[in-house]
Amino acid sequence: METGEVLKMRGICKYFPGVNALQNVDFTLRSGEIHALMGENGAGKSTLIKVLTGVYVKDGGTILIRKNTSDAAGEAEFEEAHIRSPQDAQNSGISTVYQEIALCPNLSVAENMFIGRSGAFTNWADMNKKTGELLKSLDIPATPRQQLGSCSIAVQQMVAIARAVDMKCRVLILDEPTSSLDEQEVEKLFKLMRDLKEKGVGIIFVTHFLDQVYEVCDRITVLRDGTLVGEYVIEDLPRVKLVSKMLGKDLDDMSDIKSESDVGAVDRNTTPVLEAVNLVSNAGIKPFDFTIYKGEVNGFTGLLGSGRSECVRAIFGADKVLGGKVLINGQRVRIKKPIDAMKHGIGYLPEDRKKDGIVADLSVRDNIILALQVMKGFFRPFSKAKAEQMAQEYIKLLDVKTASSDTPIGQLSGGNQQKVILARWLLTNPDFLILDEPTRGIDIGTKIEIQKLALKLAAEGKSVTFISSEIDEMLRTCSRLIVMRDRKVVGELNGDELTRNKVMATIAGGEEK
Amino acid sequence: MTSSRPLSKKPFVQKLIAVTRMQLFIPVMALLLLVIFNLIADPSFFAIKLGYNSANQPVLSGYLITILDYGSELAILAIGMTLVTSASGGQDISVGASIAIAGSVILKVLCGNESRPDHMKAPIIVAFLVACLVAMLFGAFNGSLVAFFKIQPMVATLILFTAGRSIAAWINNNELPIIAEPEFSYFGTFIPGIPIPTPVFIAAACMLIIFLALKFTNLGLYSQAVGINPHSSRLNGINPAVVKLITYMILGLCVAVVGLIKVSRISTINYSVVAKDIEMDAILAVALGGNSLGGGKFSMPASIMGAYIIQFLTTTLYKFNVDSTALPAYKAVVVIILVVLSAPVVREKINQLKKSSSKKSVKEAA
Repeated sequence: METGEVLKMRGICKYFPGVNALQNVDFTLRSGEIHALMGENGAGKSTLIKVLTGVYVKDGGTILIRKNTSDAAGEAEFEEAHIRSPQDAQNSGISTVYQEIALCPNLSVAENMFIGRSGAFTNWADMNKKTGELLKSLDIPATPRQQLGSCSIAVQQMVAIARAVDMKCRVLILDEPTSSLDEQEVEKLFKLMRDLKEKGVGIIFVTHFLDQVYEVCDRITVLRDGTLVGEYVIEDLPRVKLVSKMLGKDLDDMSDIKSESDVGAVDRNTTPVLEAVNLVSNAGIKPFDFTIYKGEVNGFTGLLGSGRSECVRAIFGADKVLGGKVLINGQRVRIKKPIDAMKHGIGYLPEDRKKDGIVADLSVRDNIILALQVMKGFFRPFSKAKAEQMAQEYIKLLDVKTASSDTPIGQLSGGNQQKVILARWLLTNPDFLILDEPTRGIDIGTKIEIQKLALKLAAEGKSVTFISSEIDEMLRTCSRLIVMRDRKVVGELNGDELTRNKVMATIAGGEEK
Repeated sequence: MTSSRPLSKKPFVQKLIAVTRMQLFIPVMALLLLVIFNLIADPSFFAIKLGYNSANQPVLSGYLITILDYGSELAILAIGMTLVTSASGGQDISVGASIAIAGSVILKVLCGNESRPDHMKAPIIVAFLVACLVAMLFGAFNGSLVAFFKIQPMVATLILFTAGRSIAAWINNNELPIIAEPEFSYFGTFIPGIPIPTPVFIAAACMLIIFLALKFTNLGLYSQAVGINPHSSRLNGINPAVVKLITYMILGLCVAVVGLIKVSRISTINYSVVAKDIEMDAILAVALGGNSLGGGKFSMPASIMGAYIIQFLTTTLYKFNVDSTALPAYKAVVVIILVVLSAPVVREKINQLKKSSSKKSVKEAA
């Protein structure tokens, strides 16, 4: 059931220091539709959502919401909504259910539904009765008096949605609701979404899972680099096209760049440096196989959230490994925690530099020597002079721009922080280095330096696994690509198959064009 | 501006001094204020007299000696508390209760089941080592709650905070054993012939040990890294849980040392009073030193200095006949001022003011 427009965002702009997070973005939502908001990391999805929900205040543009009344001709009337806080958004009928459930697990389902809404006095019987009716009408398998924490994650999510719906929302935003659900739970959630759609609610669905988009959505709006790429009816936008729109590469007018250096020449008849068989971790990826040879640069590719990072984290022992085996130079090894991997000559530059990489308040010097120091041992600290000498060597080698080696790393720019983390791992002289999004959020010059470095390491006989969201970058550096979709490996591309078209088609999967 | 300087040793040392100066700025100013206040109010505060005690041994006395004497207990605790704060981002509030336990254990080993033995049943060193072991075990208990069960440090240590003094009393069947032999009192008072209180030497030894530990192990690097970013630390091969556990056990050791001093001072123990509220002073010492109570970076000298400043303040208040029941209120006022001054928000503001003023005086810097 699709009726008129309920929300019109026009010319939305949002600036952060040094970044135009959103530039003139239009977004239209109709009541009774499920509308996917798609885009890669940094495309502006979450900024747009945050502008709509009042977390950020927009710097330009208008947000129009349909009034409940219609004019004489039956035409919908719109009024401008001034959303300056989440409370404003709620008053305008916009509700959000976030990825992390923002409810209280130790309260009952009914209490969660009414929390913050009932004033000082609560009519408990009435509250439970109303909740019961609502749960029934939405077919949610929970009882009002049940403790929320005792429900499955999916049901908790549904309760959060029911709460939003009960607050008379006309626009419901679901931000990555399915990322922690299993397949059956996702099905239940979709059923609820379809029910709400029938009731005339407009749903904005943010997800990384392509299959899910094509299962429930009616329309897709694609953002890239803070600008609107377009709005499409789902039937008009096959997967391959969607992927190309998100990545900003048109399939047709592409001239493929062949790898500049000859990194493809890897002897596959030797024992692999590292071989993983049926490896699976607790991060929700399907078991996967992986091999890398001496002097090879390979890579994991796929959309954000497809499980690329989870695979390398499993290899490094960063997540809990649940099964499978790992062979290093043909020898079976057990890697249970990062230090095991480090001792076997593996280095890992993590995806989330802030959370997993830097130790912000420590000096550049301490950040550089950290991994090698830990490998050397607790009772054998480097002398200050030795640490300083190593730090200076790598600051010079990678041209890190820092006032001194004493400066806390948190004060450096993103690119320089990344170089410091890179220095940390180069210092440990690993045989196998994993670079997970090493070039994200850093300037183009540093990007190319890092790509060259990966190739140089391979030329020196090291092995490198490279992960990047940018396909061009992957094609330039890798001689073999492992393609992932929806948390499992769906293909491996070699030699002639390494073209943008082929990579994108494999990422998109489903219907080939 | 400074990056283009030649890489000689001098600017490096200068920078290091500059960093230390910033962290020590607040405690030094606090100390200075207290000194000036006392100088104006009554300069006799600073008088030190050489006298003789009841055993006819030479002893130094005076307010400054009191500060050094009692401040030493606090300084020893501040060492452990600093490490705990750095690694776990929280504080151990069971320190006072644990001191009661450690003291009780020492008396139990020395007295056995008698309440007034003629001779000690074991060498003092044995009693002390047993107390160390017990205090480290209790430290490990707190530490594992924090490290493995991820309970907030204050909540985790609340258990021992509540139960500790009862456990201490239970160890000696609620009796108050008294040790008659004078050697036992040396640790908390004076060694014959040496006019300086023994706790000063004990604290100095502890400081030396922690200085060496920080220099010759990675204790400092690990606990700071874990406190700042546990995820990153783990990915660099550190086991954050074990590091946290170790810091709590080190605090346990500090507790045992203070326990020995405490029972040695009076040759007996009073379970409900011994080291009462000392944990709060120890935590304040860390905060006064300009260390973030949220964990991460720390300066050990600053914490130790903070401990002596708190004792300076307490002694000053005693000197001016502030009633012991009203003491905490006076202390609180001073502490509020100091803690607010050293709060990151305020410091940032001060730094901004400094920056804007230094821009005007660029010539001076060059």
